[in-house]
Amino acid sequence: MTQRLLPISIFAALMAVIPLIPGMPPFWIVLLNNIGLAALVAMGLVLLTGVGGLTSFGQAAFCGFGAYTTAVLSTAYGMSPWLTLPLSLLVSGGAAVLLGLVTVRLSGHYLPLGTIAWGIGLFYLFSKLEFLGRNDGITGIPPLSIGTLKMLDAGTIYYAIWIAVLICALLSMNLLDSRTGRAIRALRRGHIAAEAFGVQTPRAKLLVFIYAAVLAGLSGWLYAHFQRAANPTPFGAHAGIEYLFIAVVGGAGYVWGAVLGAGIVVILKEILQSYLPLLFRGEGQLETIVFGILLVLLLQLAPTGVWPWLMSRLPFKPARKRPDTSLTLPARDRPAAAPGALLKIDNARKQFGGVIAVNNVSFDVQAREIVALIGPNGAGKSTTFNLITGVLTATGGTISMQGRNIDNAPPQEVVKLGIARTFQHVKLVPDMSVLENVAIGAHLRGHAGAISSMLRLDRADEAKLLAEAARQIERVGLIDQIDQPAGSLSLGQQRIVEIARALCVDPTLLLLDEPAAGLRHMEKQRLAALLRQLRDGGMSVLLVEHDMGFVMDLADRIVVLDFGTKIAEGTPDAIKRNPDVIKAYLGAVA
Amino acid sequence: MNTTIMLFLVQDGITNGAIYALLGLALVLVFAVTRVILIPQGEFVTFGALTYATLSAGNMPGTAQLAVAMGVVAFGLDLFGGRRSLHLRLVARAFAINILLPVAIYALTYWFAGKNTPIAVNIALSLLIVAAIGLFLYRLVFQPLAHTSVLVLLIASVGAHLALQGLGLVFFGAEGQRGPTISDAAFMVGPLRFTGQSIAVYAITIAFIVGLWLFFGLTLYGKALRATAVNRLGARLVGIRTTLSGQIAFLLASVIGALSGILIVPITTLYYDTGFLIGLKGFIAAIIGGLVSYPLTAVAALVVGTVEAFSSFYASNFKEVIVFTLILPVLVLRSLAAPEVEEEKD
Repeated sequence: MTQRLLPISIFAALMAVIPLIPGMPPFWIVLLNNIGLAALVAMGLVLLTGVGGLTSFGQAAFCGFGAYTTAVLSTAYGMSPWLTLPLSLLVSGGAAVLLGLVTVRLSGHYLPLGTIAWGIGLFYLFSKLEFLGRNDGITGIPPLSIGTLKMLDAGTIYYAIWIAVLICALLSMNLLDSRTGRAIRALRRGHIAAEAFGVQTPRAKLLVFIYAAVLAGLSGWLYAHFQRAANPTPFGAHAGIEYLFIAVVGGAGYVWGAVLGAGIVVILKEILQSYLPLLFRGEGQLETIVFGILLVLLLQLAPTGVWPWLMSRLPFKPARKRPDTSLTLPARDRPAAAPGALLKIDNARKQFGGVIAVNNVSFDVQAREIVALIGPNGAGKSTTFNLITGVLTATGGTISMQGRNIDNAPPQEVVKLGIARTFQHVKLVPDMSVLENVAIGAHLRGHAGAISSMLRLDRADEAKLLAEAARQIERVGLIDQIDQPAGSLSLGQQRIVEIARALCVDPTLLLLDEPAAGLRHMEKQRLAALLRQLRDGGMSVLLVEHDMGFVMDLADRIVVLDFGTKIAEGTPDAIKRNPDVIKAYLGAVA
Repeated sequence: MNTTIMLFLVQDGITNGAIYALLGLALVLVFAVTRVILIPQGEFVTFGALTYATLSAGNMPGTAQLAVAMGVVAFGLDLFGGRRSLHLRLVARAFAINILLPVAIYALTYWFAGKNTPIAVNIALSLLIVAAIGLFLYRLVFQPLAHTSVLVLLIASVGAHLALQGLGLVFFGAEGQRGPTISDAAFMVGPLRFTGQSIAVYAITIAFIVGLWLFFGLTLYGKALRATAVNRLGARLVGIRTTLSGQIAFLLASVIGALSGILIVPITTLYYDTGFLIGLKGFIAAIIGGLVSYPLTAVAALVVGTVEAFSSFYASNFKEVIVFTLILPVLVLRSLAAPEVEEEKD
């Protein structure tokens, strides 16, 4: 048994014996069932909100889809509950596709607000539709049964619920620890970096949205057969809000945080409901007041949730397995020495309103060549990078890579042609390890999808990706930091991590935006040596840099921009003597 | 349908829409300055309305005590927060705002309650009480969380909503209440009857929209508030007190909420939990307005109000469904029109 599965197995064994304890009050089992049902929904939210950064208040509505689908089919049409299970999941997933196509594209706060709105809309729809029994809902739903065993009481359906929780927890953790999972985890930090390595961010968002909805649908299906009835109340706005609580209280980025959060919230509510009225003579909705206040207090004391707080107090830290670096990925065909230009920029132009950031700039990069793009701040260097990599679309001119026009290509297509980049402002996922960050660079070189990742059928593919990532980390000299969270490294080291990530693309052209900023002298020399070695291995490098000593030593050719216009191009020696460059950039007296 | 019914519905829709516009404006204001999506806005509405109704009925509203209680806790927090440098001035200031102010409001309310006070006094008292609650709500719940993510603020906002709604039940009971109208005047234009109340709704809404527009566009304080919204750290570095900005935003929002409540409580019966739904409809307007534009929010609110009026006439069962799904086409348009901008979160 691997170390990963051990804690889960212990937890599963523990949960399995709880109902067998003699004298266990049945009420506690009901409570545990409710915890399990809430945990399922919250687990979806952990992936959606905590990991993916997409806040949804509408999850309760997806439970509603799951519950009502089985309620209608098993009462009005007499279908077996086991047959309605896939249909329930399909209906909630299908609803998620429709709503997701509309909502996941929304950025920032539009998304949560949008989900509140359709969440409430759906709640009213459930409570008004004739065939869903309006406000009274549907009763007389048949129990789950296996052979002759009918799961009539809380103690038997308990196993169905908690087996579902455990399976979903495993699937969710598998998903997060995979190629697709890294793409999802990168979503929260904005989409530009992920897209530069070929991640289809809208698809990743939709995927996690559907996944969360299917988990909610499963919870709804179980709920319907547990309660043997379905009415609109548990699928309303307040329930949707409560699921989000659970995820945040438990720790929104952690799968087990969902289970812990569900336990805390469900039990807390139960205690408040049963004891507060005794203390205060049963006046009003005291439990809501206290619950609200406790929630605010909890957020103020532990804004990241309880699970990470607990984990940081564990006496031992789970060790990570080093990837086996002997596995390799197929390499890209490299162009033989110089049959024409590798990258050709012809009259590229970019205007932001009246500002001309890049003014009809033309230059090219040959195979096996290091070209430096220099110029004062605001000269249009980073904008040129963004035009090449498809982050911005050019106002005019053409850009081509190995003869292929990439003017309007999105970043995901540009990277496929072998152009990899780093960013002037480091774009790593700070809470992911260096290894995982770098592995995002190899995204396009893996093929495992979400489903094979959940079922762990992706391990061969995954091992190769991680091996490649580890090799590139070793190559840039950060092997000692491989398991540290990327955010804990110094800024200079984070830039080097970005280079390793770009190298994972196996690029023919490497675009580096100020790679030496924040590095010490020795580190700069090591970087220069690495770049020369890459060039001699057949790679071309285009870099923006302000450190003139570094640039003059390293570059084969230099292009100088000033106010968006190219003012000079040539070898370092020619540039040093060019009067225009000296005037515009190095200073008139130099 | 004949023209008269249509005119009635439009009139009804505009009156409702004006209220939603007020609430939408307050939501935009609070979000822009503090990044808080203010779910308790609905409670400001019900607190304002029911405090006014309670005062008009000659009783002492529980909200006055709540303001005092919240002030005492806020005072404690202020002392604790400033424990390393407790000057007399700091203590005196905290005491004046957190203790003297709510106690004075309580005393005034106590003095006037039970007497046959004029409507204007009751309105002023209700606004004062809810304003104090809004101010302390920011101090107690959101100021300690000001640096956290929008999500955490949102959940805290939900927590505050639950607590306040529960308190609403304690203070005002489960029965609905109505308040006396501000003006009984009424006149006819063609088949339409305009009441003084609805005229007041229109006038106050327009006044607030123009006022906020001018405040944010022209005054230094307004610009400081907007700067806080864009970048808290940057605003602090140029000397803007971000805490003050948050307090101003909450003060304005609570006054606007209470005022909306006072304006509608003579027209419709309000319950302790009605505010949530009313606030959410303000949300719809605010979202359509993109949480940034005041005029657009106001127009959107009128659309929401009108759609609500028409759907309650034709498909009253599906009124809420229609109103809340109204947002979907808008979201589609928005997502098509404005491509996502890169933003660094957390």
